[in-house]
Amino acid sequence: MFSDPDLLKFVFGRLTLEAIPYHEPILVATFLAVAIGGIALVGLITYYRFWGTLWRDWLTSVDHKKIGIMYVILALVMLLRGFADAIMMRLQQAMAFGGAEGYLPPHHYDQIFTAHGVIMIFFMAMPFVTGLMNFVVPLQIGARDVSFPFLNNFSFWMTTAGAIIIMMSLFVGEFARTGWLAYPPLSGADYSPGVGVDYYIWGLQVAGIGTTLSGINLIATIVKMRAPGMTMMKMPVFTWTSLCTNVLIVATFPVLTATLALLSLDRYVGTNFFTNDLGGNPMMYVNLIWIWGHPEVYILVLPAFGIFSEVVATFCGKRLFGYASMVYATVVITILSYIVWLHHFFTMGSGASVNAFFGITTMIISIPTGAKMFNWLFTMYRGRIRYEVPMLWTVGFMVTFVIGGMTGVLLAVPPADFVLHNSLFLIAHFHNVIIGGVVFGLMAGVVYWFPKAFGFRLDPFWGKMSFWFWLIGFYFAFMPLYVLGLMGVTRRVSQFDDPSLQIWFVIAAFGAFLIALGILSMLIQLVVSFIKREELRDRTGDPWDARTLEWSTSSPPPDYNFAFTPVVHDQDSWWDMKKRGHSRPLGGFKPIHMPKNTGTGVILGAASVVFAFAMVWYMWWLAGLSFLAMVAIAIGHTFNYDRDFYIPAEVVVETEGKRTEMLASEV
Amino acid sequence: MSTQAPSHEDAFEAHHGHSHGHGAGHGTLKSYVTGFILSVILTAIPFWLVMADVLDSPVLTAIIVMALGAIQIVVHMIFFLHMNTRSEGGWTMMALIFTIVLVAIALSGSIWVMHHLNVNMMPMSPQMMKNMP
Repeated sequence: MFSDPDLLKFVFGRLTLEAIPYHEPILVATFLAVAIGGIALVGLITYYRFWGTLWRDWLTSVDHKKIGIMYVILALVMLLRGFADAIMMRLQQAMAFGGAEGYLPPHHYDQIFTAHGVIMIFFMAMPFVTGLMNFVVPLQIGARDVSFPFLNNFSFWMTTAGAIIIMMSLFVGEFARTGWLAYPPLSGADYSPGVGVDYYIWGLQVAGIGTTLSGINLIATIVKMRAPGMTMMKMPVFTWTSLCTNVLIVATFPVLTATLALLSLDRYVGTNFFTNDLGGNPMMYVNLIWIWGHPEVYILVLPAFGIFSEVVATFCGKRLFGYASMVYATVVITILSYIVWLHHFFTMGSGASVNAFFGITTMIISIPTGAKMFNWLFTMYRGRIRYEVPMLWTVGFMVTFVIGGMTGVLLAVPPADFVLHNSLFLIAHFHNVIIGGVVFGLMAGVVYWFPKAFGFRLDPFWGKMSFWFWLIGFYFAFMPLYVLGLMGVTRRVSQFDDPSLQIWFVIAAFGAFLIALGILSMLIQLVVSFIKREELRDRTGDPWDARTLEWSTSSPPPDYNFAFTPVVHDQDSWWDMKKRGHSRPLGGFKPIHMPKNTGTGVILGAASVVFAFAMVWYMWWLAGLSFLAMVAIAIGHTFNYDRDFYIPAEVVVETEGKRTEMLASEV
Repeated sequence: MSTQAPSHEDAFEAHHGHSHGHGAGHGTLKSYVTGFILSVILTAIPFWLVMADVLDSPVLTAIIVMALGAIQIVVHMIFFLHMNTRSEGGWTMMALIFTIVLVAIALSGSIWVMHHLNVNMMPMSPQMMKNMP
């Protein structure tokens, strides 16, 4: 039976034993580590009899808080993977000089830089941002869940499915060797005949569905489910930036989906959208992907701006300076982010007028961003600043991001870009804004909202360690790249000739090592805080003396978030309530209508992993089967009318009673 | 506060139940039939134009087909998606305007960019021009 090649080919497509990279020692070692870790995790879950809880209370949950937490866990896991790629590249570049080849063969190195970019943007930053928005936004607007709770669970599992597809490429087959945006013609069927680009396409398509749906969900939530009294101009700034981010997601991700669909048509059925033949044009791909790609940058950074706004106002004990200008700046950035995309390919060969237009729009976009920076500064001015860990991240951000922003304006000058394009200067610039802006913001957000999510604060000592390692490590890792870029060193190179450059790469590798210590400190911080959780317990629900509604409920919030929907009279509504001597309602509780958990999201996610895997390996029968299964399950789910339940009034009374006791024990 | 709160208690349920009090309006049979007939007509004309070779100029045919397609979109939005300036407190209209602006930016921008590229980067001999697809 196994001797029949036709049958084998029918069943397994192009998947053969050779696709398993058992001859690559690095990958075998990685696989062993992953396998041992996985077995240990499964063992622990079994030992603590956690499977039932895991399935009932987490994986199938439609609770926005749990989904938010799961998004962040996914992001942290992918951060470790993406960072492992980063440090491998730094080591390789520090070693491979003057004839030395380093330890990574070029075909492996190329996969690593592609995977690093794809994972960090799509599977670290995106889930992280979505996770925080998911957790925080409904609490901030006084809602009990998002508009479409099941859709939320489904979105999460589609994102996770995408991440799994990308991770599979590590041990089955290969990943793309094209760079994180997979430009054709390199990513076309002629130059990348293997499965790498297909893994890329299907991973992103599956995750993209999740991202788009969660964007729709959060827009609907913010527009329709705000507490009474919360007009648009009384919304917390984080909710505002989330709204703008989700508008950007819904408007741009279809462009990415369409572009990748055209690329997959080129690869699968031999069309010529992006080839050099028959009227195709690869530059059209570059154009289209950056129409998505530039707004994507703002999708990531706007929520970070929102986090900083909340953190600054809280830890300076002041109302945010220039709330209205902050909101308008956010909206202006949202619009402007659509008319700057060409600055990613000034050198493509458009004329002076096109380049001038996009150069100027790019410079204009720095104005609202600068306005935000001054708003934060003026909020700090004469504030009673408490340098808790989230505030440290914020100050670190303000310094770092300004440097990144200024190098960005340098790159926005087309003649300068002709010199710096594709150089390490560019790499240093975008890491400067993404680490200094997005990652610092996410870290601030995690430390800030962690007590809300888990009921205890994070240990400040290890938080500070993490911050300082990250900050100093960042400067060591990326300032040398500015220097190298100005000297003309290009990106994505695995070996160098000129030995005088080596010292800069060694410094950069040292910086990456410091960042590794920062990540390690963060992990230690989680463990230490868990051990010391009684000491760090937040009994009030408002550990930072904060200003927005999420702090008016207990930490962690009950399933229903708020026993009564709060009524808002002012921006910074919780601060306003505290000032007016608000007292918690202690009676009159009613049963609360809630959505019911469902496993459909997990099943659909699993089916889409199978579908994507089958498409990657040309197992057409399996692809057809799993696609039909997905459609059938989705339709079947619409006939499930058992979707809601009531939390009985007694349970609400009991929960709120416990809260009253806890508050009393604190005073 | 607690006296007001219960009345808002139902806010959550309203979004999960089937209350359409403040949402988009439902169509009537008449509006659906009108929409359907308009769609059929707007679809039939392009097919007729192309299949019967009515016009001499293919460029003109293409322009007319695209224009009818755009009108078709408007018909669908009004009669099937029940969009008007008032539904959802104006949010639908705002979303539509935003979408149109973005699509206009993306399309016109892409054409502008690619046209420039073509002019600048594609020096062609007359021979090549002739063989262009």
